[in-house]
Amino acid sequence: MSDTDQTMAVLTTQDGVPLKVSIRRALRAQKIRALLLVAPLFLFILLSFVAPIADMLFRSVENDIVPNTLPQTVVAIELWDENSGELPGEDVYAALAADLQVATKSKTHTRVGSRLNYEKPGTSSLFRKTGRRVNKFEDGNYKEQFLKADKKWGDVEYWQVIKRFSSPLTGGYFLAASDAERTADGVQLKAEDERIYLLLFGRTLMLSITITASCILLGYPIAWLLASLPLRSSNLLMILVLLPFWTSLLVRTSAWKVLLQQQGVINDTLVWLGIVGDESRLALINNQTGTIIAMTHILLPFMILPLFSVMKTISPTYMRAAKSMGATDWYAFWRVYFPQTIPGIGAGSILVFILSIGYYITPELVGGTSGIFISNRIAYHISSSLNWGLAAALGVMLLVLVMTLYWLYDRIVGIDNVKLG
Amino acid sequence: MPSALPPYASTGQRTWYYTFRVICALIFFFLIFPILVIIPLSFNAQNFFTFTPEMLTLDPAGYSLKHYQDFFTNSDWQAAMRNSISIAPAATLLATTFGTVAAIGLSQSHMPFRSVVMAMLISPMIVPLIISAAGMYFFYSRIGLQGTYIGVVMAHAALGTPFVIITVTATLVGFDQSLVRAAANLGANPVTTFFRVQMPLILPGVISGALFAFITSFDEVVVVLFLGSASQKTLPWQMFTGLREQISPTILAVATLLVAISILLLTTLELLRRRSERLRGVTPG
Repeated sequence: MSDTDQTMAVLTTQDGVPLKVSIRRALRAQKIRALLLVAPLFLFILLSFVAPIADMLFRSVENDIVPNTLPQTVVAIELWDENSGELPGEDVYAALAADLQVATKSKTHTRVGSRLNYEKPGTSSLFRKTGRRVNKFEDGNYKEQFLKADKKWGDVEYWQVIKRFSSPLTGGYFLAASDAERTADGVQLKAEDERIYLLLFGRTLMLSITITASCILLGYPIAWLLASLPLRSSNLLMILVLLPFWTSLLVRTSAWKVLLQQQGVINDTLVWLGIVGDESRLALINNQTGTIIAMTHILLPFMILPLFSVMKTISPTYMRAAKSMGATDWYAFWRVYFPQTIPGIGAGSILVFILSIGYYITPELVGGTSGIFISNRIAYHISSSLNWGLAAALGVMLLVLVMTLYWLYDRIVGIDNVKLG
Repeated sequence: MPSALPPYASTGQRTWYYTFRVICALIFFFLIFPILVIIPLSFNAQNFFTFTPEMLTLDPAGYSLKHYQDFFTNSDWQAAMRNSISIAPAATLLATTFGTVAAIGLSQSHMPFRSVVMAMLISPMIVPLIISAAGMYFFYSRIGLQGTYIGVVMAHAALGTPFVIITVTATLVGFDQSLVRAAANLGANPVTTFFRVQMPLILPGVISGALFAFITSFDEVVVVLFLGSASQKTLPWQMFTGLREQISPTILAVATLLVAISILLLTTLELLRRRSERLRGVTPG
């Protein structure tokens, strides 16, 4: 009796499988299908994009070149007290001689030298010079022979650097990227005139804020006009916003390069109008002015479009109601209309700020030396100074900054609200 | 901002109304002037970047097509053009195929970990280009893809997929899932259903995503600058070196051609938008 009751209570499909099991099975099949559809792109992005970023994170702390090239020295120097002010013992010199003799065969000693040269200038030449002589060293009394090869081996500081960077992971690049150095008294900021990265980060932030502010200033009236005009004319005027948006970045940058030059169109016009003298042409390019003008122009559509989409949803009846109740035009705008557009200003500002903070091409071409961003320094370390670890550390710091802003954007606007075209 | 002045407007309101229009006109001028000014300058008969007196008096001798001729005969520019034309479509194809399929998976209601996966797939759009370029340079040189055609195409495809995902998922929001069920009910297999029922309906989204992916690759310069070798030199790269080292007016001719391309793209997108609005029953003004 009770058996029949239970089978009655469980609903089954036609072939006798309980309904719940059947539904679960169907759902699982759907889940797997959805996953299989996403999988190819997931793997592709993992390999082509996420792995490179992870590699960069790793490279910013990687230091295995020192322990790999100088394995015996790293072990021997462990026991030396770097704060004693005395040179390491004979065993350390012997270990270094053995390591260098191996390293010179594969010519890796110069790479260790240039790695340590980032931390203490002079190390690169020291390793190169010693590398030429180390194979002629006789057994025993290594300390004397090293000092004879180069006096710098009698300087405690070089040994301190070797000891400090003997572990396979290092925070040294991050210290360098934030203008700090490790001294005998712990981590300290560098002398004021040597702080280039903090200065550059500060300038990047300042210029990005200025660009964002000019975008709000110029974008707000345009978005307001577009949102209040009838659809037909606003669609037409929208083309004037979308055409720059769709034009190649290089085209717009070259246009500004042409316009802003000393002998360019703007200066020519000003001279022709008699506003400035021929000998006092304005310096509009290769400085911060150039970067601000060109980047405001390039990023302005990114401010106008979100502002426009927010303003489009504000009903004109609110303004009319405020005015019918006696508000002046300004009061109605400031107390009724403007507060409703703040989400649009927020969305546009964060978007413009995020984009401008990582810009490289435009500052490089119109910024000269005073108008460049932190990105330009990263590019310099990758392609010119070849200090990849420092480039990676600077990149990671910029990435953290952008990710924080992006997280804010997601909280305020929501990533699903990103609209294109 | 009222769209028209009411007849009872006061003098102050009238003044403000016209001042506001003038301000807006000036900003529009700021937006469009730099793009328009390079077009006449590209026909300059001299190697100058400013209007010569002959040009200002509309003397035909002041104008010439020599910069265009230089572009079409110079081997550097032609090689750059060929590279751009061979890289961008390959990257677009890769990005659109992967992106569309993934977007369909992402818009299913049973997709697990949707927000995490979505965040990861969108990330190439958020990370500053210089960081992507640095990371890719380090990693691709480890695995031997640095300086290869495949490496550049992969990188550009990765940068383009977020746009495809965003546009296609947006289109899929308006897609009636019961159509898929109806097709299955009538005996169509999933592949037939996809190509005969779903694809034609989401095609505008796919095409606009593809256009975004194309322009991303076609305009991209930072990543290719690091990742490519001399044999992958693209048009923007050639423009970049031209602007940095020896600025030649040929750049303006190229820029004018690129503006023409963007007008073409913009028109296509606008037509697509109108079509999808019409399909949804919204009439454009």
